[in-house]
Amino acid sequence: MRGPGRWAVLAALVMLAVVMVFPFLIVALNAVKSPEEYSSEGPLSLPDGLYLQGIADFWNRVDFGEKLVNSLLISGSVAVLAVVLSVLNAYALGIGRVRGRLSILVLFLVANTLPQEALAYPLYYLAKELGLYDTRLSMIIIFTVIQAAFGTYLLSAVLGQFPREILEAAEIDGAGRFRALTRIVVPISRPTLSVLMIFFFIWTWNEFFLPLIFLISNDNQTVPVALGVLQGERYMDATMSSASALLGIVPAVVFFLIFQRTLTRGITVGAVK
Amino acid sequence: MRKGYWLYLVPSLLLFLGVIVVPFLMNLGVSFTRWSGVGTPRWVGLDNYVRLLDDERFWLSFQNNVALIVAMAIVPTAIGLVLAAALFDYIGKRFGTRTAAALRAMYYLPQVLPVAVAGVVWGWMLHPSYGAVNQAFGLELDWLGDPDLALATVMAVMVWFQLGYPVVIFMAGLQRVDPAYYEAAELDGASWWRKVWHITVPQIRPEIFVVLLTCTIAALKVFGPIFVLTRGGPGNATMVPSYFSYLNFFQKSNVGYGSAIATVLALIIVVVTFLFLRVQERER
Repeated sequence: MRGPGRWAVLAALVMLAVVMVFPFLIVALNAVKSPEEYSSEGPLSLPDGLYLQGIADFWNRVDFGEKLVNSLLISGSVAVLAVVLSVLNAYALGIGRVRGRLSILVLFLVANTLPQEALAYPLYYLAKELGLYDTRLSMIIIFTVIQAAFGTYLLSAVLGQFPREILEAAEIDGAGRFRALTRIVVPISRPTLSVLMIFFFIWTWNEFFLPLIFLISNDNQTVPVALGVLQGERYMDATMSSASALLGIVPAVVFFLIFQRTLTRGITVGAVK
Repeated sequence: MRKGYWLYLVPSLLLFLGVIVVPFLMNLGVSFTRWSGVGTPRWVGLDNYVRLLDDERFWLSFQNNVALIVAMAIVPTAIGLVLAAALFDYIGKRFGTRTAAALRAMYYLPQVLPVAVAGVVWGWMLHPSYGAVNQAFGLELDWLGDPDLALATVMAVMVWFQLGYPVVIFMAGLQRVDPAYYEAAELDGASWWRKVWHITVPQIRPEIFVVLLTCTIAALKVFGPIFVLTRGGPGNATMVPSYFSYLNFFQKSNVGYGSAIATVLALIIVVVTFLFLRVQERER
């Protein structure tokens, strides 16, 4: 296809891109309008000015800062702890090649595909018995295990390729097993570990089902849970609803921009999940 | 020499036991009982499973699940293939790779959202009285409240949400394809669609498998968008197994019944995964 044909193809693809991005634009546009402006001008007009009261009202009403802190605390802790567990496991499975490693790996993989629905009620029950129900700690423990199941599977394959000579040299120098792990294996695998950590962070941030069940009090809720539960509340008018959507979008897009390079490199890794 | 490495598995195996193995077995055990969540569960054998087979809502929820597999796995894979091929060997070659990369990023954008937040965005856009969609097009449709419309609306939202994922994965896979194939096909005068079908598809088959598998599993597990957008309604128009089990666990206090639904769902997911991996294995 030459001449005008190629522009038609480009136009069609650009049009689709506009459709994909449209919800983001329209949310941002209307989050900064006053309710009066929305009802008189409708959703498609450009805002007359920057009306931030809707965002501020929603922020204060749900104490959004607190929700951000909760999400950051849970996702951050899970990302670090799940990487630590994955490394320990992968060290034993990938480098140590302990007996029964294949069945252990299969176990981790099956655990990763199990729907959380099939664990939810017993987890809820056990957490209540242990006094962990409605705590952020319960979420940290559960998601650390769930993410580490995937991390172990992935990292064992990576560490299986780890150059043996380096480890043998370290052993001759009298380095113990734990020293070899912390001084050699971890520093050399750092790029993979950081990709894994970012993925764990974002996956945990995006979780909805278990946090919805576990974090019932306002003070403990994460960003997606708080927004999801409030959706359709009676006091939410048009502009406040778009303000709430915007507050959900912004952190996600910020993470994407910060981690973009690592993520695009690692997305194919994530596809294994 | 190999001894001692076991120690490194101990913390995970203990946690794993407590968070996954024991709860899963408990769920299985509870599925053979009648239990409200308090008091002692009463053993009823296979009663819950027999009841499931007769439950219209249960079958409806799986029927809706199939619709969501179409919306979350099949349609995005098909459109994603065409888009990835178009961006990679048409736009990329004629308008530069930067144009292609920018378009790819725009298609991918919905994927960065937590799926519940995607629900919040569309819940607002589709609100019957003040929603942007009705206002913009002068419509008065109750997109999520009309039983005839709700499932189709949720499906459309999920296509929007998922589309970027296959595009990105397929474009990454296409980098592997030897350009000589395309040049040879062009010399033979093959049309663009024929090239996609006969070169692109076979070459990135592994990626297609991964995308279909992961998206099918995601569709079987779908909960967030249903909870946020429709809560399974109106009526049972958008009921899915995941939400159906949640309802039985936490609102109807039918914990045994909910556990049976969750067990069936887990079984289906494990079987689907196994079948996919088998087919993929045979392809090699």
